[in-house]
Amino acid sequence: MQSAWQPSCSIETLHTRARLLAKIRAFFLEKAVLEVETPLLSHTIGTDPSLAFFATNYDLPHCQHRLFLQTSPEFAMKRLLAAGCGSIYQIAKAFRNGESGRFHNPEFTLLEWYRVGFTLPELMDEVAELIVSLFAEHHALSGVERRSYQAIFQQYTGLDALVFCYQDYCAYALDNQLPEAVALCEHDHALWLDVLFSHKVQPYLGENSLCMIYGYPACQSSLARINADNPLVTDRVELFINGVELGNGFYELTDAVEQNQRFDDEIANRQQKNLPEVLKDDRLIAALNAGLPECSGIAIGLDRLLMLLSKTASIDEVLSFSIHSA
Amino acid sequence: MASYSTSEFKAGLKIMLDNDPCAIIENEFVKPGKGQAFNRVKIRNLKTGRVIERTFKSGESLEGVDVVEMEMQYLYNDGEFRHFMNNESFEQYQCDEKIVGDAGKWLKDQDACTVMLWNDAPIGVTPANFVELQIVETDPGVRGDTSGGGGKPAKLETGAVVRVPLFVQTEEMIKVDTRTGEYISRVKE
Repeated sequence: MQSAWQPSCSIETLHTRARLLAKIRAFFLEKAVLEVETPLLSHTIGTDPSLAFFATNYDLPHCQHRLFLQTSPEFAMKRLLAAGCGSIYQIAKAFRNGESGRFHNPEFTLLEWYRVGFTLPELMDEVAELIVSLFAEHHALSGVERRSYQAIFQQYTGLDALVFCYQDYCAYALDNQLPEAVALCEHDHALWLDVLFSHKVQPYLGENSLCMIYGYPACQSSLARINADNPLVTDRVELFINGVELGNGFYELTDAVEQNQRFDDEIANRQQKNLPEVLKDDRLIAALNAGLPECSGIAIGLDRLLMLLSKTASIDEVLSFSIHSA
Repeated sequence: MASYSTSEFKAGLKIMLDNDPCAIIENEFVKPGKGQAFNRVKIRNLKTGRVIERTFKSGESLEGVDVVEMEMQYLYNDGEFRHFMNNESFEQYQCDEKIVGDAGKWLKDQDACTVMLWNDAPIGVTPANFVELQIVETDPGVRGDTSGGGGKPAKLETGAVVRVPLFVQTEEMIKVDTRTGEYISRVKE
């Protein structure tokens, strides 16, 4: 039995992490992508109803502010992009309340980068280049696969992900050991997709290879742009290796009006679900109004990447101190 | 009874699901980066022994359930029921064959076993990990064979049939692992 003071991971894993960080920095240095730092503590926070945050108080004489630990460095990095900094990357801690499990720790490390002038397929090329090079010294990946969300969903479930047919979805769940999905998801298309994708599709993605799923249904667009040719899909990509979700990228939304509308929708959604109230980030809207350059961006979970590189079964085994011993 | 939320689910926790007492075997937190959080939970139904997987929205809760496992002595079989006694309180319990299930073939009068009680009524019986039982029937083995290879079926006094080495004979006592049904050794008198 380990004593309470000891690290969650091995000393060898500390070395693997240090090498990983050095290689990522060398990769971006060579491509002249600028490393930046943005605040972990901020006055506003993302409105996404699926992300729970940590809040704290900032005490000054005669006044007090609520501050938030960032769930992602995205908004601050976009403000830098709007200010004309060019392509940037960051290796940062992010915080998500209530997330703890084999693949989750409430405090974790993200690699987030934005490429000015890149379309999503161009960013996916760079992602593949980086990931393949990081695995090369450990156990080389057998390949890189790109599949559309609709095609992969069809392959594993036989269902159409873009057009919600309640009867078909229910029939599938009842026939495939997921009868509880019917009561759990009701008529919520996005929730059905979350349940079915995470249970019936994701576990099979990227067997010793990098699998990039693009063309997410519009109801799961988050901060991605709606596709110019097909309004049912969004220019969003997710990365999977051995069934583990590793990253999420967008062809970034630059339209301030549309972004403002999505914030309002998410704030209304939070109210409906009785989630803690948040204010929208007016500084991000102002930055978009000033002009966010056309760009694509992606965030990759470095702790999970490290799990895959070191073939460990739980995130605790790659953290110096997991939340249980922090 | 208290209720437990998904974040409190851990191996061994006993909860009520679909009107049956169940035990949690494994609880996995599942959350797409941009989506709803779930808990995918592996659960054993304590009445039937069946293992199922069930997904809950994170934050949902289930009622706890009063299930205890108790060391008891197996007394006798009256033809309809088997009778057990709590060694401390001397309280007696009866179980039909459906509840005793597979454990029945290992139970010898006076032997210790574990009885699972739900609201003080038996719902399951687990024999001791190792039992010593007499062979009542087996083919005569080849004399001098001590290799242990091959083996032959042997019927025990409680009705169970296990594979034993060829040199083991009728009326001998043997030790058996009830979890695997495997012969361990002869028991020297």
